Amino acid sequence: MTNLAGTMITDNSSALSQWLWRGLMVLSGVVLLSMYSHVFDSYEVTIVVFSAVALSLLGQNWPSFRRHILVVTLLSFVALYQYGSDLTASNSDFLLSYILASQSAFMWMSALFVMATVAYFLGLLLRSEFTEKVASALTWSATTIGMVGLMVRWRESYLISPDVGHIPVSNLYEVFILFAIITALLYLFYERRYQVRSLGGFVLLVISAAVAFQLWYSFEKGAHEIQPLVPALQSYWMKIHVPANFVGYGAFAMAAMIGVAYLLMSWRQAVAPNGLLATRLPDLTVMDDLMYKSIALGFAFFTVATVLGALWAAEAWGGYWSWDPKETWALIVWLNYAAWLHMRMSKGWHGRPMAWWAVIGLFVTLFAFLGVNMFLSGLHSYGTL
Amino acid sequence: MSDDNDNNVRQSRHTLGQRVFLFLGSMDLAITLLLTLAVASIIGTVLQQNQPYTDYVIKFGPFWFEVFESAGLYDVYGAMWFLAILTLLVISTSVCLIRHTPGMLRDMWNLRTHVQEKSLQAMHHKKQWSTSSTLNDAASELEINLAKQGFRVKQTPKTNEILISAMRGGLNRLGYILTHSAIIIICLGGLLDSNLPLKLAEWQGKLAIETRDLPLHQVPEKSFLPVGRQAFRGSVHIPEGRSSEVTFVAMRDGYLVQKLPFKIEVKDFRIEHYATGQPKSFETDLLIYDKDLAEPLATTISVNHPLIYKGYSIYQASFSDGGSILSLEAWPLEQQAGSKTVNFEAKVFENRQIKWGEQNLRLEMLSFRPFNINPDPTDEDPDRIRNFGPSFGFKLRNNTGEALEFLNYMLPVERKGREFYLSGVRSNPADEFGYLYLPIDAEGGLDGFNHFLMQLRNNELVKRVADEMMLETLVAFDKDVQLEQNLQNTLIELTTMFVQGGFVSVNQFIETTLPEAERETLGSAYLIMLREMLARIYFSEHTDIDSSNNAQLLFLQDAVDAIGSLSQYRSPVFFLLTDYEHVEASGLQIVRSPGKPIVYLGCGLLIIGIFILFYLPQRRLWIIIKNKDSRTDVLLAGMSNRNPREFDVFFEQIGQLLKQQNGNSNAN
Repeated sequence: MTNLAGTMITDNSSALSQWLWRGLMVLSGVVLLSMYSHVFDSYEVTIVVFSAVALSLLGQNWPSFRRHILVVTLLSFVALYQYGSDLTASNSDFLLSYILASQSAFMWMSALFVMATVAYFLGLLLRSEFTEKVASALTWSATTIGMVGLMVRWRESYLISPDVGHIPVSNLYEVFILFAIITALLYLFYERRYQVRSLGGFVLLVISAAVAFQLWYSFEKGAHEIQPLVPALQSYWMKIHVPANFVGYGAFAMAAMIGVAYLLMSWRQAVAPNGLLATRLPDLTVMDDLMYKSIALGFAFFTVATVLGALWAAEAWGGYWSWDPKETWALIVWLNYAAWLHMRMSKGWHGRPMAWWAVIGLFVTLFAFLGVNMFLSGLHSYGTL
Repeated sequence: MSDDNDNNVRQSRHTLGQRVFLFLGSMDLAITLLLTLAVASIIGTVLQQNQPYTDYVIKFGPFWFEVFESAGLYDVYGAMWFLAILTLLVISTSVCLIRHTPGMLRDMWNLRTHVQEKSLQAMHHKKQWSTSSTLNDAASELEINLAKQGFRVKQTPKTNEILISAMRGGLNRLGYILTHSAIIIICLGGLLDSNLPLKLAEWQGKLAIETRDLPLHQVPEKSFLPVGRQAFRGSVHIPEGRSSEVTFVAMRDGYLVQKLPFKIEVKDFRIEHYATGQPKSFETDLLIYDKDLAEPLATTISVNHPLIYKGYSIYQASFSDGGSILSLEAWPLEQQAGSKTVNFEAKVFENRQIKWGEQNLRLEMLSFRPFNINPDPTDEDPDRIRNFGPSFGFKLRNNTGEALEFLNYMLPVERKGREFYLSGVRSNPADEFGYLYLPIDAEGGLDGFNHFLMQLRNNELVKRVADEMMLETLVAFDKDVQLEQNLQNTLIELTTMFVQGGFVSVNQFIETTLPEAERETLGSAYLIMLREMLARIYFSEHTDIDSSNNAQLLFLQDAVDAIGSLSQYRSPVFFLLTDYEHVEASGLQIVRSPGKPIVYLGCGLLIIGIFILFYLPQRRLWIIIKNKDSRTDVLLAGMSNRNPREFDVFFEQIGQLLKQQNGNSNAN
């Protein structure tokens, strides 16, 4: 068996499918804009254009992502068609009530993510490439159905009442789903790029934890119910601030889990160099590189998100920076990773200390993401437990 | 920055000034500062900032209050030591930037035409092949192909060989310059918007922070800030129909008054609601009066949609009562106050003296809300959200200055099918409210309750009922004047005690006067007698006594419960709202932030810089072409400052490409 782990794959798409994809994105953008130009304001037009460009770039060298987007679109349209303009259709319609209504879709997503986690670890344990491929497929399915769930939930909020309708990134429950999906997509991107499947279990572990929390939050607190937006959140900034933030959180979480794998591997290499982990996990340098890549990506997006947050704050609260606990913790996260990156890029630190630091970073991030809402009061207080 | 290690070696040869400069620009200091700043920032998130100082005193006690105050912990982000860390970070970043920018700029342009074949051979990425083209042909072919790949290329002819130097992504170095200057720019912009100038003026004695709650015209001139170009962040509550030419800037435990070059009038403040009752929008109709305007500027602001006028931003920040006028009906709860109700008007946020019986009380109206769509304020039914109607809060302060705080809900609450007025009371703002339930009679008012209370206070009636009850109780016994007198006295005493002190007094009486052996049996007998007395008094005026009338019995029970807890309610009066005129005030935040464009510029540079730094690697390639025999030897070598794994692939690909296009070549 040739071990491809760590080999970079950059491009294996045919030029035709690339051009078809770009064309489709342009077409979708144009159709959307011409259909809804009368209701879109300039910010929404910008968001549509930006999304079309981002999707065509992401998809041009990534066939699985193209499939993902197409399936999400198709299933979302099916759900929309089944719903019509009647929210109660989810009680009677088979497709909706068992698969496509947002709550059902999220249940499927949760189950599939947990199954994928188990499959990744099984693949690692049994040294079975097939099982790992199954795990990848399960992760793609979970991501797809989760994304469909978000799309459908968006529509459902409008079906409740047009003035209630909003993008489903407005409370802790919704962003947990977003977190799971984005982290999975980030992982899948690097999985293909580096041809590494053995890290899947580790990254999916943090996603499963998020899924478990989200299930508890929904069953225990009824958090899944769609609530109207408080006035402070009624802004186009939400559409970009929140997703950008979650690319950051997702990437930091992935870096931390790779850090865990790194530490395990370096320990097992010393103790049992021919053992399962030492032989099955990718090379330490590959993991070190991946960890850096994800922190760099997370840092870039987190910076964008924080700046967007400042722009929004200037519009909603009267100041771009108020030292609100959430803002301050965002700064703390940012400073932490800024220090990490300086350590790595300028002082050339590698290996175990950086892996430990990445793991600790997850706890700092987790506090900024969850702890602030749980323990501290402030302007961002719309995600209480 | 990568030459830090060399610096350590060379350090001994530097002068003190140079050493300080090197220390300030060192990576160790930079990382230490980043992490120190992170840790210091935590303090302000754990300890709520800029609260009223009295809250801190209550929380920490006088000793720790002062310790924390001197450490600036109530406004950490404005504390001198925090600003010092920030300043140090800016200095450190600036020194770094000054030290490295010249080298970076050189590196951005310089194609490094002085490399030797030896150093190329030593590189990790290299490739060799030979071609049949001539030296010059091969060189120009390679140059063209590299240029097609986006490289900047330069040929340097040397003896018997040509060196081609190529570079792509030289801008990567710009990423360093952009990100680091962005930090400095953001901090400077932030400094422009900070309240540091105000603090300096305060130290120089030019400004005095006002801590008293004064009417505007009494605020001393030293607490006013003139109209100017300086930054400030103030807030002001303007009632509907009123206007303001100032805004209040919070400073520590007081405020400063910032004058505005225009007048803001609030015409109307509105809250719109969703069908579920949650607020959907807060908006204010404003009129701006300015001598530069022919007509006053009429506009509407709402959350997320501020007005920006002449560099001043006006935000919808909050709302409050603007002095609603409440028509109140005062119901007597205590004996001295007589039995009649009194009607009067009160205005929210205004105080008035009321004479109530023999007491002089100060009524301080604190709040009014026209409706409360809430979970139940009591612990009874906290999960259900519904409307509890208008509510108003007030304090009653007696001659000694002691105050009790009350909160009355004016839509009756329902408990087990009966209706009550709910009134909360507490003596300490930190406590939860305790609630009094006043039963509402069949006519929907308080008359029934009031009447019963008056009956209990009617000594003659009590005496007559006690007499009747005594006779009925003792009918089976031989006549004993002493016993009759005792029983009648006890009945009257129990009733009086109950009316004055509730069940608490009665229990106290039982515990203190009865011998322990008889306490249990006699005590419960007392309570049964008391209840019987209360019921007899209640029914004494009813001609159609129908003890099976459940509603009346329940009302009696509720009224007894309410009277039993009056001693804890501690107010001689209950206020009922009969009518109101709602006046709201819009809370506006008015901001001038001249540093904003600078901060935004810095943010833009930061983002561009970060993406360049991470995703535009600087890649250098060198090719040495030499004549060897009849063929031409080509040596390609390269390096990248980022993403070594991508460069592996890239180098492999570009090597293949150059080789293929480099005439009929064969690998060596």
